This record gives sequence, structure tokens and C-alpha cells, in this order.
Amino acid sequence: MSSDGLFLSNDILMSVEKPERYIGNEVNSCIKDPDSVRVRFIMCFPDVYEIGMSHLGIQILYDMFNSFDDVWCERVYSPWIDLDKIMREKHIPLFSLESQRPVKEADFLGITIQYEMCYTNILQILDLSGIPMESKDRTEEDPIVIGGGPCTYNPEPIADFFDIFYIGEGETRYRELLDLYEKMKDEGKTREEFLIEAGKINGLYVPRFYEPSYNDDGTLKDFRPVVDGLPLKVRKEVVKDLDDTYYPKKPVVPYIRCIQDRVVLEIMRGCIRGCRFCQAGELYRPVRERSVEKLLDTVYQMLDSTGYEEVSLSSLSSSDYTHLPELLDNLIVECEKRKVNITLPSLRIDAFSLDVMNKVEDIKKTSVTFAPEAGSQRLRNVINKGLTEEDILSGSAQAISGGWTKFKFYFMLGHPFENDDDILGIGDLANKVAAEFFEMVPRDKRVNGPISITVSTSFFVPKPFTAFQWAPQCTTDEFIRKAYVCRKGISEQLNQKRIHYNWHDADTSVIEALLARGDRKVAAVIKKVYEKGGIYDAWSDQYKHERWIEALDECGLGLDFYAFRERKDDELFPWDFIDIGVSKAFLLKEYKKAARGEITSNCRAGCSGCGAAAFGAGICPGAYKKT
Amino acid sequence: MKIRIRFTKHGAVRYIGHLDVMRYFQKCIRRAHVNVSYTGGYSPHQVMTFASPLGVGMESEGEYMDIGIDDEHPDTGAILNALNEASVPGIRIRSVKILPEDAGNAMASVYASEYEITFFEDKKADCPDKDKLSGLIDMMLSSEKCIYHKETKKTSRDIDLKEFIYDLRMEDTEEPVVRMTINSSSSDSIKPVFVMEYLMNLADIKLPDNALKIIRLDMFTQGENGELISLEDVGI
Repeated sequence: MSSDGLFLSNDILMSVEKPERYIGNEVNSCIKDPDSVRVRFIMCFPDVYEIGMSHLGIQILYDMFNSFDDVWCERVYSPWIDLDKIMREKHIPLFSLESQRPVKEADFLGITIQYEMCYTNILQILDLSGIPMESKDRTEEDPIVIGGGPCTYNPEPIADFFDIFYIGEGETRYRELLDLYEKMKDEGKTREEFLIEAGKINGLYVPRFYEPSYNDDGTLKDFRPVVDGLPLKVRKEVVKDLDDTYYPKKPVVPYIRCIQDRVVLEIMRGCIRGCRFCQAGELYRPVRERSVEKLLDTVYQMLDSTGYEEVSLSSLSSSDYTHLPELLDNLIVECEKRKVNITLPSLRIDAFSLDVMNKVEDIKKTSVTFAPEAGSQRLRNVINKGLTEEDILSGSAQAISGGWTKFKFYFMLGHPFENDDDILGIGDLANKVAAEFFEMVPRDKRVNGPISITVSTSFFVPKPFTAFQWAPQCTTDEFIRKAYVCRKGISEQLNQKRIHYNWHDADTSVIEALLARGDRKVAAVIKKVYEKGGIYDAWSDQYKHERWIEALDECGLGLDFYAFRERKDDELFPWDFIDIGVSKAFLLKEYKKAARGEITSNCRAGCSGCGAAAFGAGICPGAYKKT
Repeated sequence: MKIRIRFTKHGAVRYIGHLDVMRYFQKCIRRAHVNVSYTGGYSPHQVMTFASPLGVGMESEGEYMDIGIDDEHPDTGAILNALNEASVPGIRIRSVKILPEDAGNAMASVYASEYEITFFEDKKADCPDKDKLSGLIDMMLSSEKCIYHKETKKTSRDIDLKEFIYDLRMEDTEEPVVRMTINSSSSDSIKPVFVMEYLMNLADIKLPDNALKIIRLDMFTQGENGELISLEDVGI
């Protein structure tokens, strides 16, 4: 340890890019006396600091854990490749930011898993920490490794690497787990004994006590616990009342500019929409809102404690928050006084949102964003995207008359039941918006320049717990052909010069599909890729497709099985033992409706009986509502 | 109304780069509820100027920033306390002074910086001891010109270090401690490492990487008669 109390030497800190990633000491970071606490918990986001520090979930749990007198919660992120190399060469163990001590000394290592392409970084974290990569090899000396976050709704591809998965929202069950840990430690119980008891807490899943068996065709035959007393099904945890829970009033303020360089205010959880490709829309049901009163109280405390000059409202679909006008009225007035900017991502473009954007943003600098996700009305019905061409064109017309000239459109290619006409619809739609501009704004009135439309397409990845979990994914060749059809469709438009097209990489999309719907056999592939040097797979400049293809070959597994195959209606999925409230029968019904192009109403327009009402919370019929 | 703030930077925060220190203070000032002036427009910025940037890895006893204040009679003591309250332990406010109307801003008026330089413990073996270093300094001081090849990202040229050095000496301590006051104006300046490299060169020693522990002690402007005046003393 250096004289500054830092784990890394001056030589190393001066030789890596952005040493600020590794020094801790940020405003509002929490320092406790290690001798005064009973449990040391380290929270990890397995990506680089600037990404990890931008994640709200960790901030909420960090605040919650540190509010417990007997717990010290610290943070760790993936060392960037420059430091990763040095740590391997010099055998320097991974350390946490607060105590600047090795991760291995902690009682718990909690890893949030937000996207599949970070799986190799999980192994990097464990390996650099000196913790055996597989749960079965760990001893009493190792921290308990817990996974949480959206990817843990199919934990099977990474099941070998974790001792416990926490399925659902972290605010509810950690206290119970920590109490159990302290009690069993006092009683001198073993790691194994603790894990068995932990597996009996609702929402917690201890993978090593469950065993899959497979059919001859490789599909799952059966999946059950092999230890008495563990549940057959693990039900996700849900915060019933978002006003009566933890929220960080003093979030940690990084020195370097992070992705979220602002106060993030989560206004609601869940989404009423039910788009059939969207996993978050199902996982976070039922929709629950925070009250305006509580939000305003929270946001001003956060601004005071951080000094941020910007606040962002966060949710899956902010326009669907029932008290949005009331919240914004108050926020706009107070933020103007405080010289604080407001940003509003995920707003549906209409008269109200344009009026708000006009008040809080500089039209010349900002763009208007639409996410139709599909180019034709037929396909938008298939995916249940409740956005019509009329909605889009009237929204864009209002934006054009308001003075906006920059437009962004997001689409996905490769949806189930898509044909080339649907793809050609993307160019048509963009062209119609451009035509609106040239009709509405005469040449001499184009003070902000001509219209500029950016069309971006990503490739569809089928995810567990969606209506499309049965669907086949396109092969990379088919994806590339579709992108070509889309590009050609755009280039044949009259206003094609005003439309810029870019598309995402197809290779990572098929690997993402493998990891999203994989089973326990896939763990060997992830490990092989890591052993071949694969880390930071979520970064296109670090990603190497050959590693994954080679690893799949070496393990005798293939994308045909995991990505490109349509599942039978009654196939048992690796994630079926998890109960998210939304039933498999509902999702299958949705898949069949998709094939017929039938839409399903959103939660506010009417309950479709997805099953999430069982939680008795939020928008669901019969849920207790505060007055 | 402008005020000049002198602050120190020690410990872990010395790895924070200049731009991030600026961003840090923008937030610190807001946390402290200092009545700072803002520019107009859609994204108002605080009226704020920093003196010469401090290199990553260096510590300092004398960093300066000037900020605008929307208050004709600011309570400088209260501002100092509020800023310290809102700041991390590694960054401390040493003084807050009112800047006279005619004073140049911190960036434009900085002329020289004083540094204290020692060797890091783990590099001492590869660096000269006190007597040797003392001799090298004498050699440098007694030569008429000290030509050093200065390379920047854009240019590369020979300069005479002596034109940039106002003071160079050994401290009377057991371990070798070098003190130097050198030009750090925004138009033409040198870095302390140039002088140390030159000294080592005289004895054919290659200065090891990251060997220097550098503390900036203060920054100065030039008075009417060429004398050096601490930026702090410009304020009232």
C-alpha cells in the first residue's frame, strides 16, 4: 500500500489511463472502521468504472447496506485492460475502492449483471480477486459470491460461478440474509450449511443445490433441488411500496465524467406497455409509481448533497407516469432557480412532451427521438408496440413546427414474423418525416438548417420471460441481408440525403442470444472464452467473435441449438423454475397473438391477466392503493 | 465581484486531472451554496478561472481559482468554511480573498511557480544523494547557459533553462529536498521535471520514471518592478 493509503503504487497509477478509476475517496463514498462492523459487503459492476458508477441499482443498495450499522458496503469495478494486464503480471489482487484492501477479505461479493456480454468480466473479477471461479471450489476463506440484476432471471449459463442469486429487487431480503449470516457465523456453521439456509429465503437461489437433466435432443428434461427443504420454484422479490423503501439521498459523486454525470431520479418501476420483445417490461411488473411529494423531497436532497448540475428522470417509459405534469411543473421552477438542467429520456413525443422539452432544452442542440422498433404497422402490431404511424407523423410534425430539425429513429431488425416489406417500411417512414419538413418549412424559414434524420437498427435478440422466448433468432448472414435491405430501402427514398443509417454488429447479437437463453452447459463456453483472453466483450473494440465460435466448437455446442432454433410450445426452459409473476401460459398466448398480428392492451387500458397481480402491488387490479 | 480561492491538494486526489478538478469545484461550490455568478443561456456555467493546471500526480499547497460572486459584500470567512465543509479531505481551502477590480484573472496573471521536489522512497537508490545533487545544482547555477531539449506534442526545440529559473537550491535537510521557482506563465513555461532531468544529465544519470514527488508550494504574479507576488496577496 502506498503512503496515500492507496492499494496501487504511484508507479502503477501513473502508468495507467485514468488513475481516478482506482483511488476511491469520492464525495459521499462511505468509510467505516472495519473493526466496528460484522459484515463487509463489496458491490461490483463488472465493467469499467465510468459505466459501473452510472448504475442506479448499486447506488440504492450501497446506500441501504451502509445504513446498517453492522455492515460496510464498498465498491469495485473491472480494471481496464491496461491495469488488468499489470495486475496479472505482478500478481496484484483486485481491491475495493473504499478500504483499498483485497476483495477476497470481504464476507460477500455482490455482482450486478446488467447485460449478457459482461459475463467474461465476471470471471475477470473473480480471477483477479483470487476467488475460485466455480462455487464448488470455494472454501471458508472466500467471500460468498451473489449475483443480481436482470440477467439473473436466466442465471443458468453463469450458475457455476455464483454461490447465490438474488432474484428480483434488492431492497427487500438482504437484511434477512445478513442476519442469517451473522447468526450462523456465531454458531460456527460452515459455508455449505449457510448456503442451504440462504436458499430457503424467498427470492434467493443457490444453484449448486439444483440439478438439471437433459433429453437426448439437448433440451431440458427436468430441473429440481437435490437438498431437502429448498423450493422447486424461486419467486422474484418485489418492493410493494416504492415510497416506503431505500433511495440514496447522498449518492457517490465520481471525479471523472461518467455516463450518468447527474442525479438520477427513478420515478416509477415497470412499464404498462408489454412490447413482446422487451424483457424489462415483463420482469419489472407490476408497474409501481413513486409519489410526487416523495420524489421532490428526494431530488432536492440529492442535488444538495452532490452539487450535480443536472437531473434525469428515469423509468422505462416516463410519459406513462401518471403525475408527470405535476412533477415537472414543480421541478422546472425549482431547477431554474438552482441553475440545474433537466433531461427527460424515454418520453413519447407529443404536444405535452415537446412543450416540456422546449422549456428545458436548447432546440438547436437536442434531437427528437422515436423508437417505433418496427417499420410497418403490421409488424408494430406483431411486437405489440402501441405506436401508430399517425402518432409518429403528428409528433414529428409538431416537433418540426416547434423548430426541431434533428430526429432519431430506433428500429430492430429480425423480429419474429418479419418480412422484407416491413423492413422497407423503415425507409418509407423516415422519408415521410423528411417530406413533412420540406412541406411545412419554406426554404427561407429553415433557420436551424435542413432536417437531419438518423435511423439506427439493432438486431433482435430473443430473451427469457418475453412472448418471443420461443422464437428463432436470425443467423448473422440473415441479419446482414436485412440490414442491406433496410439500407437499400432508405437509399431509394426521395429525401435519402437527409437520412443517415447505421446498424449494430450482428456477431455480438447472436452471442447475446446464446447467453440469454442458454443452459448450464454454456458455462463451459464462457470459461473457455475467458481463458482465451476474452474480457470486455460488451466493448466492440475488445470483442473477438472467433473466440466464441472456437469455444462453442470445443465444447460441442452450437448456435443452431441456442439461438436459431424455434422452441416447441411445451419445451421446459432453463429459467422456468423462476417465477416472475407473469405466467408462461400468458407469454405463450402473447406469442400466438403476435403470429396473428393481434395487439394486447396496456395495463392501464385494461388488465390482460398476465399473472403479476399476484404481487398485490402497483397498478394491478385488487392491489392496495394509498390514498 | 470576484473572489480568489487558494486551495491545497494532497494524497489520493493528486491523481485527479485538471479538468476533473474544475468539475469537482463546480459541484463543491453548489454543495456549499456559495452565491456564484453564472453565464447566461440555456446551459449556464459558473464564472470560474483557474491558474496554471497542476500535473496529474503532483500535490500542492498553492492552487488558485477565481470565481464570480453575486454579492457586493461577500463574507469570505463563511465561504471558506462552507467550501471546506463540502470538500473532500484531500482538497482544503486555505484562503478566500476579494479580488480588486483591476486585478488580472488567475490564469492570465500567473507568472511563476515554486516547487518542492523529493525522490520517492522506492526510487532513491537510483537517484543521487544530497551531496551529489548539491554539487549538480552548483554546477547548473554557475554555468552561463543550460540548454534543454523541450519536446511537446506539437513542437520540439532547444531552450535555455536559465531564462526560466528564478530560484534553485537545496533545502538544509537530511534527505535531498530541492526547491525551485520557475516560469509557469501561460505563454511560455517549463516544468520542474525539465530542471531535474537536466541536473541528472550532468552526472550521466537517467532519471527513473515516476521518481519525483513534486509539491507545488505557491504561484506568483509579477509586480511592477519584476518582483514575485504570491497570487494570494493580490486579493484583499
